Amino acid sequence: MAAVDDLQFEEFGDVAASLAANPDATMVSIEDPGETPKHQPGPPRGSGREEDDELLGNDDSDKTELLAGQKKSSPFWTFEYYQTFFDVDTYQVFDRIKGSLLPIPGKNFVRLYVRSNPDLYGPFWICATLVFAIAISGNLSNFLIHLGQKTYHYVPEFRKVSIAATVIYAYAWLVPLALWGFLMWRNSKVMNIVSYSFLEIVCVYGYSLFIYIPTAILWIIPQKAVRWILVMIALGVSGSVLAMTFWPAVREDNRRVALATIVTIVLLHMLLSVGCLAYFFDAPEMDHLPTTTVAPNQTAKSS
Amino acid sequence: MAEAAESPGDPVTASSRPLFAGLSDISISQDIPVEGEITIPMRSRIREFDSSTLNESVQNTVMRDLKAVGKKFMHVLYPRKSNTLLRDWDLWGPLILCVTLALMLQRGSVDSEKDGGPQFAEVFVIVWFGAVTITLNSKLLGGNISFFQSLCVLGYCILPLTVAMLVCRLVLLAEPGPINFMVRLFVVIVMFAWSIVASTAFLADSQPPNRKALAVYPVFLFYFVISWMILTFTP
Repeated sequence: MAAVDDLQFEEFGDVAASLAANPDATMVSIEDPGETPKHQPGPPRGSGREEDDELLGNDDSDKTELLAGQKKSSPFWTFEYYQTFFDVDTYQVFDRIKGSLLPIPGKNFVRLYVRSNPDLYGPFWICATLVFAIAISGNLSNFLIHLGQKTYHYVPEFRKVSIAATVIYAYAWLVPLALWGFLMWRNSKVMNIVSYSFLEIVCVYGYSLFIYIPTAILWIIPQKAVRWILVMIALGVSGSVLAMTFWPAVREDNRRVALATIVTIVLLHMLLSVGCLAYFFDAPEMDHLPTTTVAPNQTAKSS
Repeated sequence: MAEAAESPGDPVTASSRPLFAGLSDISISQDIPVEGEITIPMRSRIREFDSSTLNESVQNTVMRDLKAVGKKFMHVLYPRKSNTLLRDWDLWGPLILCVTLALMLQRGSVDSEKDGGPQFAEVFVIVWFGAVTITLNSKLLGGNISFFQSLCVLGYCILPLTVAMLVCRLVLLAEPGPINFMVRLFVVIVMFAWSIVASTAFLADSQPPNRKALAVYPVFLFYFVISWMILTFTP
């Protein structure tokens, strides 16, 4: 199967450089992979690796653009249309998670791992896991801070789940939407080589949140220094994934706009993580405590 | 269909007799196989009417449904390769379990708004919305299981956790302390593992092998959250 695809790409390889914008070439490529959509998602692991190496070449943007045509085969009201967003195998999801944890300098997350097959499985379930990880470990850390105090009455604080869900899902969907709109607008002014679809941006944002799951679990440790070191590491890793992914998309633009975009992306990311740390982990539940526990409460706060 | 079947024998008899009489005779006497085929669904429908819910006593109806639900409970408690839970799905069991769980998770105090435990509606929504999301997820991943079958399995597999909730409430009647908590933790972990094993025994086969982990992970998260709610319950 992979060999057939390679042949097909070879066919266009020589003309693709000159006819990148030729609609006829794109149309043909829609037809052929569309006939065998079942074989496309699940190649054996070995051949997937080969494709990986191939696509790391410098002319991969044409190929991925051609491949992107196969997505639009069924209309949006059918169930099959939505199945294309969940068309991933276990090893692909693991590879993407690994890619978001270990960013390689100079490599692009979308081109390296997503490769025109953006999935919504990862973003959705990573967000869901993160919501519960933050809510539950925030609750546990609150419990550990007050451990041993006779007057402390444990409460599950179930309300935090809904707040965390609102914050995380809003971040993982609205920021990509705004970024996509912004990149579209800039693309209409300055022609960029790299342009991302909305789903690719959502995919990158979803997977970039993965590192916060282990971070949130480790945030249970009620030590301020440990927490801030953890948040710095997580920010460095996922922020660099985001920056390296979106830098090629704005590189051709005005230097000031490009820098401002990247800085905004990283700042929003920082706002999310620091905000979560401050709201879910550092806020002592004053209103649940009787006034007699103010003094130990302050010692817990300072520690 | 009947016309086509009787056509081979038709010319011989039709020539010797009047047309209409012959046709009616033939259709009765010669077309036994066709007639038989037609009456097979009829007979089963008659059998259905015999045991229909219209003329049996209310007690029988209720007992039959309860027996079906109870049989499925047994399947969950002793999970093995069987299709009963998948074939005749119903949502009565999940409804009973979900309401029981949500009622037991209610706190006695009036100001339960303040102590931050899950409300009845929150438990209800988490169970049903979670089950629907997991089902949609497995359908989107390409699993060959129907929507309600999956809902039924996920709902019935809450049974061990409902039992854990019952045990926790009984344990909480005793003196609170670390031992009390350890007992509850142990019960909830065992029942959580039980729920996972039972639901994966029924659901895992419906997925292609290279996506099994992707379909099982949400189930794990779902039961983990319910277990967390049960473990953190304090009256």
